[in-house]
Amino acid sequence: MEFLEVIRVSRSFGPVNALKEVSFSVNRGELFGLIGPDGAGKTTLFRIIASLFLPDEGKILVKGYNVVKDYKQVRRITGYMPGRFSLYHDLTVEENLSFYATVFGTTLKDSAAYIHRVYSPLKPFRKRLAGKLSGGMKQKLALSCALIHRPEFLLLDEPTTGVDAVSRKEFWEMLEELRNMGVTILVSTPYMDEAGQCDRVALIDHGKLLQTGSPAEIVHNFSAKLYAIRGRNLYALLGRLRMSPEVKYAFMFGREIHLVFYRVPGRPARWLENLSGSPQGTFSIEPLDPGMEDCFVELMGENHPVDGKENI
Amino acid sequence: MKRFLGFVWKEFLHIFRDYRTMLILFGIPVAQIMLFGYVITNELKDIRIAVLDHSKDEVTREITRKILSSGFFILDRTLDSAGQMEEVFREGKVKEVVVFPPGFAENMQRLPGVDIQLIADASDANTAQLVVNYTSAIIQNYLQNRISETSLPVKVNAGVRMFYNPSLKGVYMFVPGIMAMILVLISALMTSVSIAREKEFGTMEVLLVSPLRPSQIILGKVTPYMALSVINAVSIILLGNLVFGVPVQGSTVLLLAVSILYIFLALTIGIFISTLARTQQMAMFMSLFIMMLPTILLSGFIFPIENMPKILQWFSALMPPRWFIVVIKSIMLKANGLLYVWKEVLILAGMSLLFLVMSFVRFRVRLE
Repeated sequence: MEFLEVIRVSRSFGPVNALKEVSFSVNRGELFGLIGPDGAGKTTLFRIIASLFLPDEGKILVKGYNVVKDYKQVRRITGYMPGRFSLYHDLTVEENLSFYATVFGTTLKDSAAYIHRVYSPLKPFRKRLAGKLSGGMKQKLALSCALIHRPEFLLLDEPTTGVDAVSRKEFWEMLEELRNMGVTILVSTPYMDEAGQCDRVALIDHGKLLQTGSPAEIVHNFSAKLYAIRGRNLYALLGRLRMSPEVKYAFMFGREIHLVFYRVPGRPARWLENLSGSPQGTFSIEPLDPGMEDCFVELMGENHPVDGKENI
Repeated sequence: MKRFLGFVWKEFLHIFRDYRTMLILFGIPVAQIMLFGYVITNELKDIRIAVLDHSKDEVTREITRKILSSGFFILDRTLDSAGQMEEVFREGKVKEVVVFPPGFAENMQRLPGVDIQLIADASDANTAQLVVNYTSAIIQNYLQNRISETSLPVKVNAGVRMFYNPSLKGVYMFVPGIMAMILVLISALMTSVSIAREKEFGTMEVLLVSPLRPSQIILGKVTPYMALSVINAVSIILLGNLVFGVPVQGSTVLLLAVSILYIFLALTIGIFISTLARTQQMAMFMSLFIMMLPTILLSGFIFPIENMPKILQWFSALMPPRWFIVVIKSIMLKANGLLYVWKEVLILAGMSLLFLVMSFVRFRVRLE
């Protein structure tokens, strides 16, 4: 059953088309990830879903409620956590929570059990000012605040941005638990490696939805053959690779280069030696199973064929 | 209601946690009153003068004594020749030299009479003007008395009495003026900045999606500042009264009621500003420039409205403080009742309503 339906939503700000006919749907009880780089239109879309922006075209239904006409109902069942953790820095942890509790017509006590899992790590710091918390703690507090009125639907805009790796991992575990409690969750992130944590993801770039599906499906749909190059001084090599007519695109991925050919040469290792002019063994090239980021780069290249190659 | 109270409580926490806010709220009014009351004054006190007396007769000595015993002047030195004047002024301490010509007492009895020369240091034009006026008044006064003692059968005396401010104290003007300025400034500035802060920190997004109604958000912002501004108004009146002796002749209740109306107006202006400003800085800038300078310059607080060019006079009619100053002066100094000030009160009320409606119209349940 579809809990959230986004139907051909477009929105522009002046000359900028922030969203172009975006459509997807989220099932009840699903942990759905919206994945894309900064400026892809994630925040705009979230604000439209949260009924804070109006779409120029298209329609969004949350549990059957139209976010434009029935915004009051939508707001009641939605827990929204904006990109900047919307906390009052000059109030303590506890004061923030109880303020949001009062404003949403509940109390800290009534929701204690519900938010326990998220809030309990913060309890020792409940007298601390929110502005003095670490990124990870701010994130948990903001999530607690978004959960305070026990919403059926959680809308989390880049909750893991600016948060350390350990806190990020914990955070995803919490989301999983919330999903298991029956909460439908839509979460956005610029980090591809977090896609695997979601039941399904949608990839978005420049306001266009590139692909929707489970992480496995998306990786499975990766059409081309991917190679990884390892070795020293890869940056110099990257320039040469990009000049080469056989190479569709190449990009740095951590400490290796990921590469897709237009037409795979007969002996890739030999081809690479010729291209780089370096002796055998300087670089290694091997076929590789694509990850989410490779898929994203591929899809982004299709979305923007001209600048795709240079920007990667 | 519980939501609303929770919101108000949160606002109070913001205010009490931020020492800068507290300083602006309570430090500035006191500092302003003290500054205006003590430093910026139109009255003369202990002005240093020099005397160049070519006659040295009984009359010139008498006049000199009169001038010095007035309390406004101190004799810095007596000069022997006109050549010394320049030097004395250059030193800068002496602001005026009184020059008596030779044979003063004798010539006084004959036509065409005598001249006294008053030479002032006009590098500070205002002071020079005041000094000269005060001195000539003292001399005139002396001559009047002397003449009436002697001969003339018919004389006309202009009996002057200054109503409502018998000793022409500047503080009487400044206290209402400062009250008008500070209340509008603090109320408008504080509310607009605190709403802009919610926008800047992204908390407004959550407030908007919360079940709080726009009216609750607006009133929740207004209430704490209303309370604090009333405290401010009272403390300004008290300070004026206790430290500078500015009386409250009229009804205190009416004075407070009008002040509350005025504060409310200022708060609605603040809310209106915040619907325009996206950041705290913008809000602060707008409040200061829209409110502060026009208030000081155009409200009649310092410069009389009657002397302004017509266009500025019309412009000043748009300034809320202008009307408020008229009202509180009228109540504080003339003991007038509502009967005399209803027009101004009505204007203030109308302005509040206008800004309130405009704020509600502009306040969005969404981010744009």
